[in-house]
Parts: sequence; C-alpha cells; structure tokens
Amino acid sequence: MANIGMLNAANAVTMPLGRTLPEGPRGKKPRKRLSRGNIIVYGTLFVVALYYALPLYVMIVTSLKGMPEIRMGNIFAPPLEITFEPWVKAWKEACTGINCDGLSRGFSNSVRILIPSVILSVAIASVNGYALSMWKFRGSEVFFTILMIGAFIPYQVMLYPIVILLREAGLYGSLTGLVLVHVAFGMPINTLLFRNYFASIPEELFKAARVDGAGFWAIFFKIILPMSLPICVVAFIIQVTGIWNDFLFGVTYISSPDRYPMTVQLNNIVNSVQGVKEYNVNMAATLLTGLVPLVIYFASGKLFVRGIAAGAVKG
Amino acid sequence: MTTTDIRPQTGRSAAVRRPSRLLRNLSSKVAMLPLIFTALVIFLGGTIWTVVYSFTKSGLLPRLSWAGLDQYERLWSSRKWIVSIENLAVYGVFSLIGTLVIGFTLAALLDRKIRGEAVFRSIFLYPFALSFIVTGLVWQWILNPELGLQHVVRGMGFESFTFDPLNNPNIVMFGLLIAGLWQGTGLIMCIMLAGLRGIDDDIWKAARVDGIGTVKTYIRIIIPMMRPVFVTSLVLIAAGIVKLYDLVVAQTSGGPGISSEVPAKYVMTAMFGGQNLGQGFAASTMMLLMVVIILIPWAYLEFGGKRRG
Repeated sequence: MANIGMLNAANAVTMPLGRTLPEGPRGKKPRKRLSRGNIIVYGTLFVVALYYALPLYVMIVTSLKGMPEIRMGNIFAPPLEITFEPWVKAWKEACTGINCDGLSRGFSNSVRILIPSVILSVAIASVNGYALSMWKFRGSEVFFTILMIGAFIPYQVMLYPIVILLREAGLYGSLTGLVLVHVAFGMPINTLLFRNYFASIPEELFKAARVDGAGFWAIFFKIILPMSLPICVVAFIIQVTGIWNDFLFGVTYISSPDRYPMTVQLNNIVNSVQGVKEYNVNMAATLLTGLVPLVIYFASGKLFVRGIAAGAVKG
Repeated sequence: MTTTDIRPQTGRSAAVRRPSRLLRNLSSKVAMLPLIFTALVIFLGGTIWTVVYSFTKSGLLPRLSWAGLDQYERLWSSRKWIVSIENLAVYGVFSLIGTLVIGFTLAALLDRKIRGEAVFRSIFLYPFALSFIVTGLVWQWILNPELGLQHVVRGMGFESFTFDPLNNPNIVMFGLLIAGLWQGTGLIMCIMLAGLRGIDDDIWKAARVDGIGTVKTYIRIIIPMMRPVFVTSLVLIAAGIVKLYDLVVAQTSGGPGISSEVPAKYVMTAMFGGQNLGQGFAASTMMLLMVVIILIPWAYLEFGGKRRG
C-alpha cells in the first residue's frame, strides 16, 4: 500500500529524499489518490478508452435504430425506439448477388470451415511441437526454420501455387480445400507455441517413459497430451479468431458465393453497390460477424492475452 | 547439426544391427510429414515457383515462356503500382510510429499500478479480436461524411468542420490509419506491458533514489532496456503492414479512384481479377523483397550478433 502511495506522488523528484523513507508506517496516511499525476494518467486512459470503445458502441446503437432515425440523427445518440428488425433482416434476408437468405448462410459456412480447421491444426501442431522438442532427427530443425521463415512471407506470394496444388487434388473451390489452407498457414505459430511449451517439460519424465518401453505415440497420448491442456486452449483461441476473421483465403479459394465464409459475405453485403444502403442492417451484420471472436475474447480473458503474447514475444 | 542425446534406437548393444539412417526415429519423421510438406512444398516451393514465374509471359494461365524483366518494367511503369507503393510507405511510416508510441504509452500508463487495469486492458485489446473486414466497415460508417462524425460535429454548431478522409484522395490513407491503429495497437500494448512487467523493481527504486523523474526514467532507462521487446514489436508491425489488404477492401475498396490502392490489392486484382498472372507474380515478388529488406537486418542483429558474441 505504501508503495502505491509513493508511486502516486508521481514526480518523486519534488520530494525531499529523506521523507520518502520513514522507519515505519508513521505520519500522515498516504491519501494522494488524486494527485496531479494521477489525474493525467486516468484522464488519458479514459479518453483513449472512449476512442477504443466508440466503434463497438456505434455498431450496437446503429443496429438498433430504424432507417428514418438514422437519416435524421446523430450516429452517437442512443436509439429512441429500439428495433430488432435490422438484426433479423441481416441474419435472414440480406442479399449478396442473387442469394437473399442473409448472413446465416455465411455463418454456417464459417462454422463448417472453422471446426475441422481448428481441430486439425491443433492436433497437427501439437504433434509437431512434440516431435520437434523430444524426437529431433537430422534436419528437423531445418524444416522448422523454413516453416518459421514462411510465416513472414506475404501470403500473396504463395496464393497461386496453392491454387494449382488444390486444383490438382480436385479441392479447389471446396470447403475442404480451404480447411487445408488454414491448417497449413496456422502451422508456424502453433507449432512454435507447442514446441516452446514442450521444451519446458523436464527431460527425466520423457526418459523414464522411454525406459518403461513407451514409444513415440504412447508417450504423446499418455504423458504429453494430458499435460498440455493450457497450451491447447491458447492454440485453440488463436486459431478460432484467426480462421473466423480470415478474408483473403476465403475469397481466393472458394469459387462459388454459396460457400463464402461469413467475412466475405459480410463485405459483399455491405459494399454492394446496388440498392439503398441500409446502415442499420449493415451494422447488425457487422456485429453478427464480429460476435464469435468477441465472445471468445471476453470469455477467455487472460488466456487470450497469454496466447498472443506467447506467440509474439517468443517469435 | 547433431541433434539430441536421446535418440531412440542407438543406445542398444552393439550386437543389434544399426537400422538405416532414414528409418531411425521413423515415427517422428512420419508425424512431421505435414510440417515437412508445408515447409518444403507450400512455403519454399510456392515461393520459388512464384519468383520463377514472375519472369515469364504468363497471362491467363501460367506458362514458362521467358520474358526477362518485362513484367517488372510494366509493373514499375504502372501508375496504380506506384500509387500503391506510395500509399504503403505513408501508411507504413505512420502506422509504425503510431503503433509504437501509442502502444508503449498505454502500456506505461497501465503499468502505473492503477485501478481498473483489467477493464482498460480489455477495452484496448478487444479490437484485435475483430477482423479487418469488421474494422473497416465500422470505420467506414463512422467516417461517413453525410451521417457520421463530420455530420455530428457540424450539428453541434461547427458548420465548416470537414473531416471526410474516405472521400478525399489526399488524406484517405489517414482514414485507413485511424482504423488500423484502432485494431492493432492493443496487441503491441500487451507485448509492451509484458516487457514492462519484466523490468526489475530495483531499477525504479534506484532511479528514484537518484532523483530521476518518471518520464525521464522511461525514456533514458526503461526504453533502452526494452530493446528486444521493441524489436519484436517492430518486426510484427512491419510484417503486418506489408500484408495490408482486407482493411482496404472493406473500408475504401481502393477508392476514391485508385487513391488508396495497396500492393497486396494490386496482386489480387492482377491474379484473380485481371487474369494478368505475370503482373501478379512480379508484384508479389516485390512484396517478398520488401519483407526480406525488413527482415534481414533484424535477423542479422538478432541471430548473427549472438553467434559471434
């Protein structure tokens, strides 16, 4: 507590040295919560927080208004009459090209892409990380290095060769093809995550299992996997938000508008040039698309932070 | 590159015949097949393929008819490409500085042992969970000149107030920048905060004993100590800038006119819109070159230096 009091007297320079170091908690209570420095800190944070919170607020408010109210008024004003019509319309009726069955189609496509991609990429990345940290072989580090360098290459460089690969495999334009692309591009970050996590597992544990005659897969399933729940959750969060938010791969590898993921469909709905712009429907659609990652974000709390920090700092 | 001391088949008695090199540690190799395929075929092979085909006359379909540097000459004489590069430079410089300054400042403020840190942190970071499409569309709406921010400020009595970046070719990149910073600074703030938390409290005590002010301590002592964190942030931001694509598509579609085109969008249009594959390959090779230019000094500093020291 005393520590806070001292820090709060922000500019310690102004204080004579001797007084900051009394022998015990004597003298006046450190009630300097609203010092000048503190007001600046909280004031700045508050103003910046407004800038960050504003778009979410505008999305919500706009999506609950009727079009006449939007044309008349102020985008920051709360709705006078709350209506859920725009949400229903965005979900069920909004048009992209000839299809007028709303974002629900994109949502189901995105779910059908998301589930296999996430499961596959977490599974593959965990095995990769395990092999890379405990079963190294000649060349394994070279492959890993190439993979990590690949993470920095702009996607555009690899887009067309993958089109050819998918076409050869007969998967171009299908959801399966897109799933494989997501698995490939999610591999660097997740493999790195698992590799670093497994590197911290004591070697003795591994050696003991070897002595007992356990092989590659036995050790993985019986010892390593049960220990790796936290890192699996982190990888899961990274993959869900990353794949859900993808636009580039969806627009490149899906050939028919029926199968577009939600982000691509959303962009087509909002940026379509035909018809009258219905801003409330657009904002409802935008919010609907952002809902999945937002829920993941607010539900996972610290794990989300740990996930991105682990991925970023160690990379 | 001799790898580990725990190679499975080697430790046995000498009587057992050593299995061939390739079969040793076989399950590990089999398990890594997806990784090996991704690294060698997709990442390495794909990159080499694109670079090679950027020297061909490929149009509608890729074909190996040599064209030398023709595609590059065409690329650099294209007005749209030049605009794209200029835009990326403007966006890049401001985004780099803005993200670092805002990210560090917010982290430093949150590190002042304030109340409600968790609340502030989640507010600053939530945009990072959203896609660039969502980000672009929200800001397109807020910056809408007829109904958005400009309209509201004018309604408050400032009749001549003008802020319409999305309709003004001269400042459209700043409209994108506002959205880009909103989305990306939270991540850098988190990384910086982790860096600040890693700094020993004794440093602060020593600075206070020496009578150094808070701001001065940050600039003179803390920031130099956080060099690795800054370098990581720099690389992350720079790699993200080169990829800039979805945000532009959602927020401005490259307009007004071609005033907010970016290289990634040029590539996509050439490859999938214009069926002009050679141009797409050449442009994406240039993007690769930009990343290489960013990464090589970093890799040299990070890894080259260590090995020698």
